[in-house]
Parts: sequence; structure tokens; C-alpha cells
Amino acid sequence: MALLEVNNLVASYGPIRALHGISFSLEEGSVTTILGANGAGKTTTLRSICGMVSTEGAISFAGQDISRMPTEQIVRQGVAHVPEGRGTFTRVTTEENLRLGSYARKDRKAIEDDIEQVYSYFPRLKERRDQQAGTLSGGEQQMLAVGRALMLRPKLMLLDEPSFGLAPLIVEELFGILRRINEQQKVSMLLVEQNATLALDLANHAYLLETGRVVLSGTSKEIAADETVRKSYLGY
Amino acid sequence: MDLFLQQTLDGLATGAIYASLALAVVMIYQAIDHFNFAQGEMAMFSTFIAWQLIAWGAPYWLAFVVCLVISFVGGMLIERIVFAPIHNAPVLSHIVVFIALTLIFNAFAGFIWEFTIKQFPSPFPSELPFETTLIGPHELGVVGITLVMLVLIYVFFRFTPVGLAMRAAAANPVSAALVGISVKKMLALGWGLAATVGAVAGMMIAPKVYLEPNMMLGVLLYGFAGAVVGGLTSPGGAVIGGFLMGVLENLAGTYVIGSDLKLTFALVVIVAVLLFKPAGLFGRVVVQRV
Repeated sequence: MALLEVNNLVASYGPIRALHGISFSLEEGSVTTILGANGAGKTTTLRSICGMVSTEGAISFAGQDISRMPTEQIVRQGVAHVPEGRGTFTRVTTEENLRLGSYARKDRKAIEDDIEQVYSYFPRLKERRDQQAGTLSGGEQQMLAVGRALMLRPKLMLLDEPSFGLAPLIVEELFGILRRINEQQKVSMLLVEQNATLALDLANHAYLLETGRVVLSGTSKEIAADETVRKSYLGY
Repeated sequence: MDLFLQQTLDGLATGAIYASLALAVVMIYQAIDHFNFAQGEMAMFSTFIAWQLIAWGAPYWLAFVVCLVISFVGGMLIERIVFAPIHNAPVLSHIVVFIALTLIFNAFAGFIWEFTIKQFPSPFPSELPFETTLIGPHELGVVGITLVMLVLIYVFFRFTPVGLAMRAAAANPVSAALVGISVKKMLALGWGLAATVGAVAGMMIAPKVYLEPNMMLGVLLYGFAGAVVGGLTSPGGAVIGGFLMGVLENLAGTYVIGSDLKLTFALVVIVAVLLFKPAGLFGRVVVQRV
């Protein structure tokens, strides 16, 4: 059974419809990516799953219908969202950001271990643990956003453009860590990326979104080999 | 010199009350970006509840605690019932509701308990165990109670997960929801706490100004002034501002303007701060990129 099942999802911002009934699924343990141009509805898809936009259609997570749940309830099912723009709590420290990530959990002891675990993935965050998070660099804040999401011990991570605005070396480091997280902790991921090469490299499955509709789906290899994807998104 | 010391210490005692109200106002301001005008009347209503409990025969401290619990629940209910539905409404709607709440509490207090002034007991002994003419026992007690409360609130916000979550929900509601914090609950909790802090302030000032539906008008004005002086974005600043206003009020009253212009003085301070240092002494200066 798929971990996440989205069926005929329609999402709107007021009168403007952003998703025109998309369907896709995500296997447990996999990394699935959603590709598409600006305005195709990638971010909206992630926001819909988290209950941040008004939607119609069915979204089931681990066999449970989450389409009518409030955001914080969905998060408590094990869905961690690394939002567009990183969503840093700027006025508290790096470590308090991580603690906030574990807010939905009650196992105090394990939380301390997990903070160390995040620091082992991102040693830079450990150096900055008592620093106000708003003063971190863009790359550090992105690491913090991923770390904060990990603190939930999520079953599924939703990643919205994690490479956005980062230097190539940092992007490489970050994606390496995402791969490790997926392999070691078996966290499933739904990845939205502008950088299609990067995304297809990390993902097992891919969906191509155009103006609110799924136009193509398959394994990453199939999608990467597709003529139109190659020309429009991979640029060769 | 004695007069100066007396007035300063006495000012710290009233300042403690202004500080509490300033803190209550800032707590709500941080969460919803609006100034709760009804804070004073809420505190007055709480004080009447305590008075009623005492009149029914409850010992002071029992009445005190029960009043705090009722105020806490009442504050949460006000948020849930009145403010949650207008969460995204424009500023003016909020102001109208604040004014309405002020009038409702004022009128209801008058309706239930009448507008005649009442004595409200002080829980502190009438004589200090040591000899001093500088500060009265009630004043000293007020400073003590307020400081304990402020420390508790500081510890709560600074060191507990729920306190951290409340700060997070106020500063960044979207991200807060994404880590599983119920922003609604945090808002309600914030109102509950603010109402509780206000209730303490009301019960502490009532023995001095006497209990009646309009007793908080001047007190709230000075509380506002304290919040503005300290900075609306800084709870710690608001507390310091409150103490400062208490001392300034007394010193200005004794040496400069006399007692007739006390309220005017608070307003002048508010206007002056907003004109020349709008962020207050300790507030963050918000710079906007355009």
C-alpha cells in the first residue's frame, strides 16, 4: 500500500484554481519528486497535503484520510514540511528551532538524542546552536529547516525547493544528507525542485506537473529519458 | 531626601501594577498585533469576582486563587468566542470589539455590583516586622507578589516547551502549525495568561484606589504608557517601562505637576514616545525593505 495517496486533488486560492484534479501516490521509503515550471502547482501540491490551502478530493496518508484535518493534526501523523522560504523561527536560537520541531513528540529523552543526531548531519548547526536563527546564512537556515523537520521523526518529509538560493557546493552537501536520511532512517520524501537534474538523481519516482495537471509519471530513469523532459527541464 | 525615597519606593509599588498590565497588553499585542483596550476592565471584573468570593466568606488567598483560575478560563473564552471569528478582520473591527468589551464589562460590573465604591482588603499584615517610614506593608507586598509573578512568567516563556511554542506561534504562526503546534490553542492560552496577570494587578491595586467599575481607567492608561515606553515588541521592556512610569508618576506629581494632571502626564508620555522613539526603549526597530 502506498504511504501517500492523492486522488483527484483540486486546490484553489480564493476564486483561482491552482490544481485541476491531480492524482499521484508515493511508496513507503521512496523519494518521489514533482517537476514542473513556475506556477505549475508544485508548491500548492505540498501545501494541500499539509492542509494549508482549501482543497477538494482525497488525500490519504498511511491509510488515513487527512484531507479535512487541520495542519497541526496532519503534522502529528508524521508529515514534516520543509516549507518554501525555510520558515525559520528567526527570533529564537538554532537549538530552540530544533526543539520546536519536536513539539508534537512526548519522548523527552529521545529528543535530546535526536538533536545530537541532527548535529551529526549538520555540524555547522552545532557551532551555531545558541545563535539567533535569523542571523544564520541561507544555507544554514535550509539545513535548520531540514533538521527541524527531522526532529518530528517523520514518516514523510515534504521538501519545497531545498536547493533554492544556495551555492552549488552547499546544494551538493544538502542532497547528500537527504539521501543519507532517506537510506538510514527510511524517511519517505516528496521533493519539489526547480533543479530537475538534482531531483531526478535523488528520486526513485517522478511526476511532471503542467498548469495544475499531471502530464507524465514514471520512474526517475524513465522520466529523465523522456524527450520533452530532457529538452524542457534538463536542458540538453 | 526622605520624601524622594518615599515617593520612589511608593512609585515602584504602583509601578509593579502598571508593569503587570503592560505585560498583559504586550503579550496580547505580540500574538494578535492589537492593543487590548479591554485589559483594564477585564482586570476590574476579575477583582469584583474576588471581592464577591470574599464577601461570601472565602479566605483571601482562596478567593485570590479561584479568581485567577476564573480569569484564566474567562480570558481563553473571550479569545475563542469573540476574537477567533474576527482573526483576519481589519484593525478597525478589532478596535470596535475592544471598545465593546470595555463597555460590556464596565456596565455588567455596575449592573451586578453597583457603581458605589467598595473596600477591597489587602492580604498583607498592617504592620511591617521592621521599622521604616519609607514604604508601607501593602506596597512592599505588592512589589513582592508582582516580582514572583513576573519571574514565573519569565521562566514559563523562557524554559518550558509550551512557553517556547507560544512564542513561536506568535512570531511565526505558519511555521508553528508545521511543527504541530495548535496556533489556536496558543492564542487562547495567551489570552488566558494575560487575563490572569491583569487579575493580579486588579486585586493588588484595588485596596489603594477602591473597588468600583471605573477603577482601572487611570491604571490602564499608565500601563499602556509603560508598554509604549518599554516597547510593544518587548515583554521585558514593558515591565521595566511599567515600573518606570510608576516612579515617574510619583516624582512628577510631587515635584512638578501636582496630582491634577496625573492622567495627562501619562498621555503626554505616550505621545512623546510614539513621536520620538516609536519602538520604545527596548523594542525592536522594524526596518522594512521597500
